[in-house]
Amino acid sequence: MNNCSKKKNNMLEFSQLAEIVKGITSNILLDEKSTPKAVIVPSADIKKLCQELHQNPSTFFDMLSCVTGIDNGVETNTMEVVYNLYSVPFNHHLMIKVILHRENPEVDSVSTIWRSADWLEREVFDMYGIKFMGHPDLRRILMPADWEGYPLRKDFKHQEYYRDVKVEY
Amino acid sequence: MPTEGIQYKYKSTNLVDSEPNKFKERELRSEEMIINLGPQHPSTHGVLRLEVLMDGEVIKDVVPHLGYLHRCFEKHAESVPYNQIIPYVDRMDYVASMNSEHAYAMGVERMLGIADQLPKRVEYIRVLVAELNRIASHFIAIGTYGMDIGAFTPFFWVMRDREHILRLLEWTCGARLLYNYIWIGGLYYDIPVGFEERCSEFINYLKPKLSELETVLIENEIFVQRTANVGVLPLDLAINYGVTGPMLRASGLRFDLRKVDGYSVYPELEFTIPIGEGKKGTTGDCWDRTWVRMQEIHESVRIIEQCLERLQKEHKRTKEFDPQAFVPKKIRPAAQDFYVRAENPKGELGFFFRADGRSDIPFRCKARACSFSNLSVLPEISKGVLVADLIAIIGSIDVVMGEVDR
Repeated sequence: MNNCSKKKNNMLEFSQLAEIVKGITSNILLDEKSTPKAVIVPSADIKKLCQELHQNPSTFFDMLSCVTGIDNGVETNTMEVVYNLYSVPFNHHLMIKVILHRENPEVDSVSTIWRSADWLEREVFDMYGIKFMGHPDLRRILMPADWEGYPLRKDFKHQEYYRDVKVEY
Repeated sequence: MPTEGIQYKYKSTNLVDSEPNKFKERELRSEEMIINLGPQHPSTHGVLRLEVLMDGEVIKDVVPHLGYLHRCFEKHAESVPYNQIIPYVDRMDYVASMNSEHAYAMGVERMLGIADQLPKRVEYIRVLVAELNRIASHFIAIGTYGMDIGAFTPFFWVMRDREHILRLLEWTCGARLLYNYIWIGGLYYDIPVGFEERCSEFINYLKPKLSELETVLIENEIFVQRTANVGVLPLDLAINYGVTGPMLRASGLRFDLRKVDGYSVYPELEFTIPIGEGKKGTTGDCWDRTWVRMQEIHESVRIIEQCLERLQKEHKRTKEFDPQAFVPKKIRPAAQDFYVRAENPKGELGFFFRADGRSDIPFRCKARACSFSNLSVLPEISKGVLVADLIAIIGSIDVVMGEVDR
C-alpha cells in the first residue's frame, strides 16, 4: 500500500472488468446504474467466474465483502444473490448478480475461493433458503435450527408458536 | 392451575433441546470432549455460544453458534422509511453507534445525490462525534480484554474515561449510547455552546491517561506473556476471511477505509494508520491487535483536535447555521442497487441498499457487519491452542454481538 500512484495506474475501469468477465462467461448483462457497477451473470457460471477473477493477476479480487440475498417477490418469481468483490491491491470494486428461480433457488458456493463466503452464504441460506451447492457446512446461522420458513422472503408468514411460546407478541 | 397467560411450559427436554451441536457425541474419539462456552459467559463478550471440541486442554475445533441477539434488523428495515432505520442502525454496534449512523447516513445521501451539498460544519461535527465514539469503543475493547486476561484495574480506568465521552455525547444529543444524532442530510442539533472548550479540556485530560493505560496494561509483562504469539492471524488468511479493521491492520496491512475511500472530511485531516509490527511476538497476534487499537486512540485524539480547531475557526458556529437545512423532506432514491462502506471501530461496515424508486422504504437493506466477518476467522486461528488462549483470542477480536446477529 506504500505506492498509491502505482495502485491507481493498475486500477481497471468497469469496462475493462466487464471485458474480462465476458471472456469467462458469455451471456452477461451490464448494470451501470448500480454502485459499484454490476454485471449480471448466469448462475451456472458463478464459481468459474469468481475463480478466474480471484486468480487473474490483473483483477485479483482477493476480498469478498458482502453477499446479499434478495427476494423479488412472488409476481417476479425470482431471487437474486449479489456478491460485492473488492481488490485490496488494485482498489477496484465489482458487483456480481445472479438471478435464480424462486421455486428451487440453487447456486454454486464460492466458499472454496473466499472463506468469508462461508458465513455470508449461510446467512443468505438462513434468510432466503437459497441453497449453495458445495458449501461445506450449510446450516442455519442466525435463526434457531428448528425455525420454520425463511424470514426475509417477501411471502414469509411466521409460525404461530415456537416451542410453545407465542411468536406474535 | 391457570394456563392462560403462561408462555413457557416446562418440559424436561427444554434444557437439552438448545441449538444442536455440530459435533455428535457418539462420533468423538476416546480422548475428545465437547465443552460448551456461553452464551451467558462474561468472557464471550455478550451472547456468543461456542461449541469447543477439545482433546485434553488442547482445542481441536471451535464452532460459534450465533443468533442469540438476533433482532431482525433487515426485516425491520424493509418496513420503515430510510430515516426511521437510523435508530435500528444504532442498535447494531451499540458501543459505536455514531460510526454506524455515519456510514448509513452517508450511503443514503449518496443514493440521493446530496452527499456533496452538506455544509462542512456538519461533516466536521460528524467526524468529531464519530471519532469520540471510536475512542469509547476501543476503550471497551481494551478494558474488557484486560479483564478477560485478568487485569482488573485498567477496566475501571477506561470506563471512567469513557464516561466522560458518553457525557459529552449525551450533552450533544441527549442519549448516552443510542444517539440517532446523525440524520440523513444533516444532524439533529448543532453541538451545544461550550462543547468545543469542554471537549478540548477532555482531550487534554485524556492524553496522560492514555500513556498511563499503555504502561499499565499494554506494556505490562503479564499481559504481554498472555497475548504475544497467541492467535496469530496471517495476512492472506485475514483477507480471505474478509477480516477488516484493527484486526486486519494488526496483521500488517496499512488498510483503512478512512484513507482508502477518503470519505467525509477525512482527506482534509492529518492522521496515520498504525499497523501491527510484531513488536512483542509475531505480527498479527493478540498483542498486536490490542496495540493497534491503542495507537488508533492516539490517532483519533489527533483527529478530534483538528476537528475542534476547525470548528472554532473556519467553520465556526453562526446564528444562520442550521444542521437540518439539507435534511430532505422526502427520502426517495432513484431505483438502484447501492453498496456503501465505511470504517467502523471494528472494521468495514457496509450497507447494501436496493431502492425501487417508488417508495420511501428500501426494498432491501443489508448490513455487512464487521464483527460478523471478523468472528468467522475464530475457528481458524484457535485450532491447537489452550482454553485460556481461546479466551484471549475471543477478546482480541472485539466482537459486539449486537452487530454479529443484527
